[in-house]
Amino acid sequence: MSLDEIKIGGMGASRRRVEDNRFIRGKGNYVDDIVLPGMLHMEILRSPVAHARIKSIDTSKAWDMPGVRLVLTGEMMAARNLAWMPTLSYDTAAVLATDKVRFQGQEVCAVIADDPYIAKDACAAIVVDYEILPVIVNPVQAAAPDAVQIRDDKEGQVGNKVFDWEIGDKSRTDKAFDDADVVSKIELHYPRTHPSPIECCGSLADYDRATGKLTVYMTSQAPHIVRAAVALVAELPEQNIRIVSPDIGGGFGNKVPVYPGYVISILASILTEKPVKWIEDKTGNLISTGFGRDVYLKGELALRKDGKILGVRMNTVSDHGAFFADAQPSKFKIGLMHSAFACYDIPTAYMFSTGYYTNKAPGGVAYRCSFRVTEAMFFQERMVQAAADDLGMDQAEFRRINFVKDDDFPHRTPFGFLTDSGQYGKCLDIGLEAIGYKNFEAEKAEAAKRGRLLGIGISTMTEPLGAGNSREYDILGIKMFDSAELRVHMTGKAILRTGAKTQGQGHETTWAQIVAHELGIPAEDILVEEGDTDTAPFGMGTYASRSTPVAGAAVAMVARKIRAKARKIAAHLLEVSEEDIEWELGRFYVRSNKDRGVTIQECAMAAYSNMPDGMEPGLENNAYYDPPNLTWPFACYIAKVEIDPETGVWDVLQFVAVDDCGVRINPMIVEGQIMGGLTEAYAMANMQYQTYDEDGNCIGANYMDFLLPTAWETPGFELYEVVTPCPHHPIGAKGIGECATVGGPAAFVNAVMNALKEKGVRNVDMPLMPNRVYEALTTGKDVYGMPPVRNGE
Amino acid sequence: MYPSRFKYEAPKSIAEAIALLDAGKGDSKVLAGGQSLVPMLKLRFAFPDQLVDINNIPGLNYITFDADGTLRIGALTRHEDLEFSAEIAKRQPTIAAAAPLVADPIVRARGTFVGSICHADPQGDWAATMIALGGHLVVQGPKGKRTIDMKDFVLGPYATALNYNELAIEAVIPAPKGKAIGGYLKLERRVGDFATASVAVSLDMDGTKVLRAGIALAGVGGKTIDANEEASFLVGQTLTEANINKVAELVAAKSEPRTDHRGSSDYKRQIVRTFVKRILTANSAQKVA
Amino acid sequence: MSSLFEEIATPPSSDIPIRRVTITVNGEPRTADIEPRLLLADLLRQGLKLTGTHKGCDTTNCGACTVLFDGRPIKSCTMLAVQADGHSVKTVEGLASASELHPIQEGFKEKHGLQCGFCTPGMMLAATALLEKNLNPTEDEVRWALSGNLCRCTGYQNIVKAVLWAAEKMRAESN
Repeated sequence: MSLDEIKIGGMGASRRRVEDNRFIRGKGNYVDDIVLPGMLHMEILRSPVAHARIKSIDTSKAWDMPGVRLVLTGEMMAARNLAWMPTLSYDTAAVLATDKVRFQGQEVCAVIADDPYIAKDACAAIVVDYEILPVIVNPVQAAAPDAVQIRDDKEGQVGNKVFDWEIGDKSRTDKAFDDADVVSKIELHYPRTHPSPIECCGSLADYDRATGKLTVYMTSQAPHIVRAAVALVAELPEQNIRIVSPDIGGGFGNKVPVYPGYVISILASILTEKPVKWIEDKTGNLISTGFGRDVYLKGELALRKDGKILGVRMNTVSDHGAFFADAQPSKFKIGLMHSAFACYDIPTAYMFSTGYYTNKAPGGVAYRCSFRVTEAMFFQERMVQAAADDLGMDQAEFRRINFVKDDDFPHRTPFGFLTDSGQYGKCLDIGLEAIGYKNFEAEKAEAAKRGRLLGIGISTMTEPLGAGNSREYDILGIKMFDSAELRVHMTGKAILRTGAKTQGQGHETTWAQIVAHELGIPAEDILVEEGDTDTAPFGMGTYASRSTPVAGAAVAMVARKIRAKARKIAAHLLEVSEEDIEWELGRFYVRSNKDRGVTIQECAMAAYSNMPDGMEPGLENNAYYDPPNLTWPFACYIAKVEIDPETGVWDVLQFVAVDDCGVRINPMIVEGQIMGGLTEAYAMANMQYQTYDEDGNCIGANYMDFLLPTAWETPGFELYEVVTPCPHHPIGAKGIGECATVGGPAAFVNAVMNALKEKGVRNVDMPLMPNRVYEALTTGKDVYGMPPVRNGE
Repeated sequence: MYPSRFKYEAPKSIAEAIALLDAGKGDSKVLAGGQSLVPMLKLRFAFPDQLVDINNIPGLNYITFDADGTLRIGALTRHEDLEFSAEIAKRQPTIAAAAPLVADPIVRARGTFVGSICHADPQGDWAATMIALGGHLVVQGPKGKRTIDMKDFVLGPYATALNYNELAIEAVIPAPKGKAIGGYLKLERRVGDFATASVAVSLDMDGTKVLRAGIALAGVGGKTIDANEEASFLVGQTLTEANINKVAELVAAKSEPRTDHRGSSDYKRQIVRTFVKRILTANSAQKVA
Repeated sequence: MSSLFEEIATPPSSDIPIRRVTITVNGEPRTADIEPRLLLADLLRQGLKLTGTHKGCDTTNCGACTVLFDGRPIKSCTMLAVQADGHSVKTVEGLASASELHPIQEGFKEKHGLQCGFCTPGMMLAATALLEKNLNPTEDEVRWALSGNLCRCTGYQNIVKAVLWAAEKMRAESN
């Protein structure tokens, strides 16, 4: 009798989550929940100004306060060679400011005290004398010839430019534009926003002088990278460093980088010889940690009259803040921006990108995306809609004409990636059917009678998820791959560890399902553990939707290694040769007699009690997986919106999502990821952004100004699926976590623009706040850039 | 975020509270629902020497109607109490419309009507509602009680006519002269957002004729905007489209919005105009006899 | 706690006002000496080691710290612990009995109403407060009642389903 895979919680089972058992009881274990004996508390004093020279720092009053144990300044960090640290993009970032502050919220001092209230009091008692310098808050100001130089600390730095970077075939692309019937142009801004997990960053550093062991509990999506960074920066022996990522209250890319607070808490623990806990507050998180986006685009499409796209030109200018601390594969200066137009069959493309320093928070992280893929796909889909409108073509038809066809894989994208699978047309058809595309014009006319404007917007895209392969993807030279270690105990139960780190994605549930699929061990018999560098195999962590593509593949591969060994044991137990053994889920049997067999559990027992002569005992192994390519999920998102023309308020009437992420391990969890991603897409389209006034004050420094949608505003989502297995992934899966955040925003914006089209409006940059929509529809003009911020009015 | 140190007192009577405020010489803050004050303490925008917590004073949480229809709301009545009051729903439509739009449901469970008015946030919902309704506050100090008309109460952003040693103990809304109708609309980007613009409208009707009209605005000026004079155009009139449009224009002109990241001043005026029209139009369609 | 040994920290200087409070937390009276500025969330988390109540935003927006205060949902980072003296507080740890989960807890698991779990305790307590008042809510009523609690992972759709699932179960149980 073969096992029922769904019943044992294998692939395809919407298995309820294992981790929920502790979360619903309030028994999660987040960093701030951990208490160590004698623990001290750290608070950071941040710069109130965006650009200033530090003339003096007087910490004497803070030192005098009862309960204060240590006050750290940049000077004290510098004495230990820790005032600066390397970033993930080959730049340096200040830990505690020594010479200047370069953005509002930069770390200036840290106070370690008996409790956080006292630490905060002491921060307030520190007096810093600032000499205010001119402030730069956008790339135009940064590029001005007389602009003040922000990074005067860097030898050889000229002006405020971080990089120029180009990719593609310029001359061939220029030729395509020369030959075009129509050139469609658009200028766009993807506003700065913040991943903003509800849990802020934090760490609890515990240095034991007696053993030399440093244990750091911290909010890290990539604990092994942190261990390496701490070993290199703090010059501590790596075997004595243990990084533990306990439960994480959401990451979304924000918890990939190494932040000053982590480093300072480590030094503070070394100096005080006590555990030191640092828990960031929301303002600290929003104004100093990794933001997302802040990119300007000039985009052009070369078009033939019949709708065929002949070439793409993109010119991006990005604002990186005070330090180039983007979390991305190190050699790609603007992340995977060049993944744009991957789902379209376009002969040639060229991109030129420039990055600038500004007096804003550093660290353009992959906010729920693979390194600028969100910007790439948003720009792509806005350019596509504008081009369809310029040609007077139906937006769906225009996409269909240009899609890579199902039988045209592998396909080289215009910027040189290799896509391998997809059914783009089918996904679009399902989406159009579900939204009632054919009836839209009638619906629109009906709404017009009520004085309302209707719009429909499509976003279709395939995106590269799951870095590496290691040939092309590395972070500071560390190749991007991932790992799994599986130990099957003698009773047939198992523990699995990976180099990834769940932050809500449900690894504890889904990884066990992969093992169940490969070995037939019920998922409930498999414990999954991640995040402790002392026990987990080396891996690059969880971000960029890489867990399933890379670590998930490693899980399948290690299970197969276990099965291969178990097969030898089975042959021994069944007293036949290995060649005469067959496998079905959970069981080996003799080919000639299916009734004669042994279960995987019996093999496990034998691995410890009755192994064949000459075989190493035990049933444990590990696997490192270096994917041959990225995975390429496809998504078709369609939004139908209604605008109130008297207020500019727009509502989502219907939203359809068709996702093809290959084989789904746990459909329930996949759908959860999609709905969460769509909500962030809606948030960015509508309300969630950060901007800065001319003095560099961050607008969006707390949840009163930085708006996340509630259950009330968030629309309902209708989900559909198409399954095109990934040809190179061991279980045919593709990444999914970020697809909806990446592809979603353009669907909302395209829908609103579709409604405004007849008013002569071609573009309103995000956020599509009611006042901006109203302005566009009453003036018939585009609205470009960030919402204006004025001082002193 | 953590508050700085303060002394905490929890008086059991109004007299005791006033004595504490008087002794505090202006460095005290009254703690009622705390939904604005506690965040300000945590952000260290406020650092009083002393907090006088009035939550232990009995008898301050009530919604009562006098025989003549005068409404009295006690100093500890929570937003939620108003939101779920059947009497309010029946007799005071403007309050009933505003209550669910105050902050968010969890804040409404704790925050107080009177406390919110005393906080005097220019974007606050209740001060506008009170002005439109022609209400007043009863305040008590060392020398006894006095009343302050709502239109004189708010002096500026976070500034009121309350003396440091006075406690607002009750909000009073006069009985409608006829049938009370009205409404409240607020443009917010999401639940709990500060208002881009809000409009409170309160009318007393005799059949289709307006006996009294009150309109006030939040979010469109340095303080709550009193547009009762503009609203009085409607008195003696019926709610025709022309009258509605006229008063909407008058009220929009009365607003003093400033351009910021929520929108231009023109945009905010447009919202005021639209909301005035919408509330009045919705009411004109009702049976008002 | 045992009274056999308790270390007395450096005695606080006399200008720091210390208050003794007794709060009924999840049905048990708990007594503590506290500074008036201590937030209720910090008393629950640091003092009483009930770490299921989370601190998210610090500005009364996110609701991760939501607990029931005399049965009403409140944001415990926006209340002083001293204010809870003589009152009762229910936290996520008090939702389940020793042997049985509360239907809202079951619902969140059954309908995948959580991902990272950080907003979950506050969300569940806000939902139980709704169900106390209204055991047959519509989807809109659920969305409205939860609009003071932010979730960054789920998109709310499954949270709404979880609450409706729990309501149905509770209706069935009360019949």
